[in-house]
Amino acid sequence: MNAPAIWRLRVRYFASLREVLGAEETVELPVGTTLGTLRDRLMLLDADHAQWLSRQRAVRCAVDQVMADESAPLRDGAEVAFFPPVTGG
Amino acid sequence: MVCPTVSIQLADFDVDVEVRALRAGDAGVGAVATFIGTVRDRGDGGAVQAMELEHYPGMTERAIESMVEQARSRFEIRGVRVIHRVGPLALQDQIVLVAVSSAHRRDAFLACEFLMDYLKTQAPFWKKETTADGARWVDARQADDAALARWGVSAGNAA
Repeated sequence: MNAPAIWRLRVRYFASLREVLGAEETVELPVGTTLGTLRDRLMLLDADHAQWLSRQRAVRCAVDQVMADESAPLRDGAEVAFFPPVTGG
Repeated sequence: MVCPTVSIQLADFDVDVEVRALRAGDAGVGAVATFIGTVRDRGDGGAVQAMELEHYPGMTERAIESMVEQARSRFEIRGVRVIHRVGPLALQDQIVLVAVSSAHRRDAFLACEFLMDYLKTQAPFWKKETTADGARWVDARQADDAALARWGVSAGNAA
């Protein structure tokens, strides 16, 4: 069986981003997509995504539950998360 | 019984019970350092009435476990216990416990502080405070990034 030409990605949001964008959504993107291009594509979905994922905002990211920057490669089935700076402790 | 190193839980914790378990059966322990973080009545948004804590199930536990591994590689420590609560919390409630056992106090103190500095900026938790004006998400602090930088680790958390 050939590898799929698209990757299906699970996108999760936490804290203030979750309140506006929802807890999670599934996105299909071309093979080879990086975290940065995923963020670009999400910002095109609607005004809320554009505002809350804007690079004017402090948004942190994780890929498969590890902190990541926008150059991070993805994979089919990856779990990507966007959230504000952390404030535990 | 082997105690877990990291617990994320709704329930409160008993520091005495946790320290006793950390020391149990290890006569090589000569020092235990503990840090307890609690809900304060004032935040950046004024008087705080209550707090809610959210986390990223799975990632939070793994992130803290990896911090504990880093602490073990830097310091001579024997045991570590980290408990962090999530969900609704009231004023003065306990939020977080970091307890470290070691042969001598210096490594216990250092590892405890290192773990807290790490946790503040790298563990996915988010605090939401309730004030008289409503609920607001707590802002990350530059000072917490600076605290981790003292250990030679770049935090990149606060904007």
